[in-house]
Amino acid sequence: MSFSEIFLMRNELLLVTAVLVILIADLSFDADKRKQFYYFSIFLVFIVTVSGLFPAKSGLLFGGMYQTGPLQAMMKNILNFSTLIILLQSWGWFSHVNQQKRIGEFMILLLSTLIGMGYMISSGHFLMFYLGLELATIPLAALAAYDYYNSKSAEAGIKLILLAAFSSGIILFGISLIYAITGTMYFEGAGQLIDGSTLSVLGLVLIFTGLSFKISLVPFHLWAADVYEGSPIALTSYLSVVSKGSAVFILLIVLNTVFASLNDIWDPLIYIIIIITITVGNLFAIRQRNIKRFLAFSSIAQAGFIMLGVINNSAFGVATVVYFMLVYMFSNLAAFGVVSAISAETGKESIDDYKGFYGTNPKLSLVMMLAMFSLAGIPPIAGFFGKFFLFTAAAEKGYYILVLIAVLNTIISLYYYLLIIKTMFIEKSDTPIPFFKSNLPMKISLVICVLGMVITGFTSGVFDYMVEMSDQLFSDMY
Amino acid sequence: MIEDIPLSHILIVSTLIFFIGVYGFLTRKNMITMLISVELVLNAVNINFVAINRYLYPERLEGHFFALFVIGIAAAEAAVAIAIFINLYRNIRSIDVDEVTEMKY
Repeated sequence: MSFSEIFLMRNELLLVTAVLVILIADLSFDADKRKQFYYFSIFLVFIVTVSGLFPAKSGLLFGGMYQTGPLQAMMKNILNFSTLIILLQSWGWFSHVNQQKRIGEFMILLLSTLIGMGYMISSGHFLMFYLGLELATIPLAALAAYDYYNSKSAEAGIKLILLAAFSSGIILFGISLIYAITGTMYFEGAGQLIDGSTLSVLGLVLIFTGLSFKISLVPFHLWAADVYEGSPIALTSYLSVVSKGSAVFILLIVLNTVFASLNDIWDPLIYIIIIITITVGNLFAIRQRNIKRFLAFSSIAQAGFIMLGVINNSAFGVATVVYFMLVYMFSNLAAFGVVSAISAETGKESIDDYKGFYGTNPKLSLVMMLAMFSLAGIPPIAGFFGKFFLFTAAAEKGYYILVLIAVLNTIISLYYYLLIIKTMFIEKSDTPIPFFKSNLPMKISLVICVLGMVITGFTSGVFDYMVEMSDQLFSDMY
Repeated sequence: MIEDIPLSHILIVSTLIFFIGVYGFLTRKNMITMLISVELVLNAVNINFVAINRYLYPERLEGHFFALFVIGIAAAEAAVAIAIFINLYRNIRSIDVDEVTEMKY
């Protein structure tokens, strides 16, 4: 291995550097300079994000344990970009006096999970996959329990760490069975040797179950709503976009490389999971009164829609999933941005508090409306195209009944997304949330999200590019 | 000698430990015992890896190394989990899961 090859992992190397720099810089910014420190950390994350836009080389490192290419680089770009937006949105919450001295802690833990996700997505060996997965989950539990005087936050942390440990135990048992059959833990080698015996099917089911916990697919979703409600809002948006996204990406890679020959077995498995996930997610979302829980169940339902692309095991299916994650990132983060602005300003998180919001804060409610339309999939906005491609991917495999059920569920989801819009625009309240001005980083992030929602919908080049990238998962490298 | 014990015996023991761990995780009400159950699951996995490596693929050491990493990570996980338990205990004076029901449905 020559020295220059180490730069294949430039994304992770830059993130590690950023974490170390933040760790040291934390000491040198005094109590009255915390805002500068915040901007400094954002700047570092911005550099990492921009560096990802340069063309990525593909190659293997460490004897095939680490593998990267344009597709992996694209996935990491999406994750980096959403982390940048989430950090931009969190100044309102950081600016409270007792939080200010702990900004450094939050940034370091958050960025180390991002490093873990990078290694997980790039892994070519089950050991690397497991280490990345744990690096991506353990700090998340610490972050969920970040408000240490709030018992809800500790409750969220406990639910997250216990279920994360349990689910990784299940994944490990699956890996040990795959190891027993094939004698290798390289994705490529294991993929060639898997034969379809009962033991390999059990291994597939266990690994799939463990990853379903991370993606919060029904029936492994029960932790999601509680953790989303109890955690600080910056972490809630991180869990629903970045953490979920990384788990979806690695599931795609594992299913299409290691278990490619067991396609006949995981197709019906995902088929049933999709139907339950979408239906349960939608029905529970209708009855939520807390906006964070509401978004939690809406993101469970969206995870079900994402699996529609996974069921199509071709480059087109992978591209639809990556494209939908991009669109979902913009729309979900726009919604979470508005929620976190309101929560930081007034502390209100109930849907009833949003009555008459349009009368006092018209701009924020318009952003929220766009986000809801995009999540529901109303045509001119990007969310429609994301869902449309996912449905196409499932229909291409001939699952017409599945697509019909998914379309019916889209109508249910439209109902509850419109309920939020009705609450904000039509219903009147004696004590609406008073007018407030958002801070600058929040404004920037919301503008990015709105532009993203509108532009990715109208630019067909984005999707073509993703199909091209996804071809590599099925051709040269594996 | 170890050759006198067939692999299936060891795998039966490890599978039993795995499901005892799963059962304990689902039924226990005390968080420390839940954490111990998770450790049982992880240890079952370690037995699996080591035994499979020793019996089936003795020419390479992937399974042994995997077991070492699992032990290390399990310690990290337990450290974070217990830190959060202590924090919860400070807030509500209990680590029983029946008391941790502030958020439901």
